[in-house]
Amino acid sequence: MSSGLTPLPENLVLALEQHQGDPVAAAATMIDIPLYRSAGEFPVEQGYIWTSLSSTENGNPLFWDPAVANELTDGPIAPPSMISVWFRPHNWAPGRAEVALPLQVHFDLKTLFGLPEAVMTDNTITFHEPVRPGDLLTTHQVLRSVSEPKTTKLGSGRFWVIEVIYENQRGDLVGVESYTGFGYKREAAS
Amino acid sequence: MTIPRILADQVVEGQTLPALSYEVTATTVVLGALATRDWRPMHHDKDFAVNRNGTQDIFLNTPNQAAWFERYLTDFTGPHGRLGRITFRMKGSIFPGDTMVFSGDVTGTETDDAGCAWANLALTLSVNGDTKTTAAARVALPTTIDDNPWHRRGDAWRP
Repeated sequence: MSSGLTPLPENLVLALEQHQGDPVAAAATMIDIPLYRSAGEFPVEQGYIWTSLSSTENGNPLFWDPAVANELTDGPIAPPSMISVWFRPHNWAPGRAEVALPLQVHFDLKTLFGLPEAVMTDNTITFHEPVRPGDLLTTHQVLRSVSEPKTTKLGSGRFWVIEVIYENQRGDLVGVESYTGFGYKREAAS
Repeated sequence: MTIPRILADQVVEGQTLPALSYEVTATTVVLGALATRDWRPMHHDKDFAVNRNGTQDIFLNTPNQAAWFERYLTDFTGPHGRLGRITFRMKGSIFPGDTMVFSGDVTGTETDDAGCAWANLALTLSVNGDTKTTAAARVALPTTIDDNPWHRRGDAWRP
């Protein structure tokens, strides 16, 4: 069974070296710094919008009836809650050796603190300009905080807060997503 | 064209939204994961979910829960309702075989300095009476038959 941990990026390897292996100090070098700027791997597409609506049996005519979309939003838009969908990488792509991970800062922190398991506990999404089919969004991640060690019913670990900022190809802010993650080690059975 | 809508003055603090009940199957979970491009195995591989994550089964992922909450909100508001912000906290997982129930109350209404009317709502996703996820949502509503929150841009949109 794998460790569930991904390799540390070079900047964190260096930060660990500079701080004598102290993961708390290394994590502090990431806080409030824009990281992992990237563009979506594909433009926002109508098919995925309908698949999402189907998954929740959402019949909102804004997303199904072009006349309603024209009247309300000057053409079709994506459901706001889909904002993170447009950045989730393909599970495989030509020439890529490993599966790319969304929310990479989360996985970096798991590795940095040696916490093989993780869950997301809180999620806040703020919506701005509507996202439209054909848009190509860009994103970056910002680590806002890392907690002191905590123990929950899942195990012992740390909480962290990561923001993901989304913009469209015109530079308009389309959304901000804030995640609270809990990385942990499961308690050994007694 | 007449599009069904609810106006801001039809929403009051303390108002209860109609509940939404849904039987969750493995297909619900897997379809939700694929619809959100979430390939992580705990949302489609029961062996991984049980033996690596320590959960009883595969479970509904976070982005798809967001989509369910959006559907629940706009079932109430109609298509003019524009979601500004949603915060949710997961307390437990939703598994195949569960009947998930969405419920909600209006916790307040306000009109901001830009003239946009908002309803604030407390939402709950529960199974057998146990709260699995709570959410707080802020939704813009039209103030009149001619108002359209979707046309707000820049400083006129303050979610």
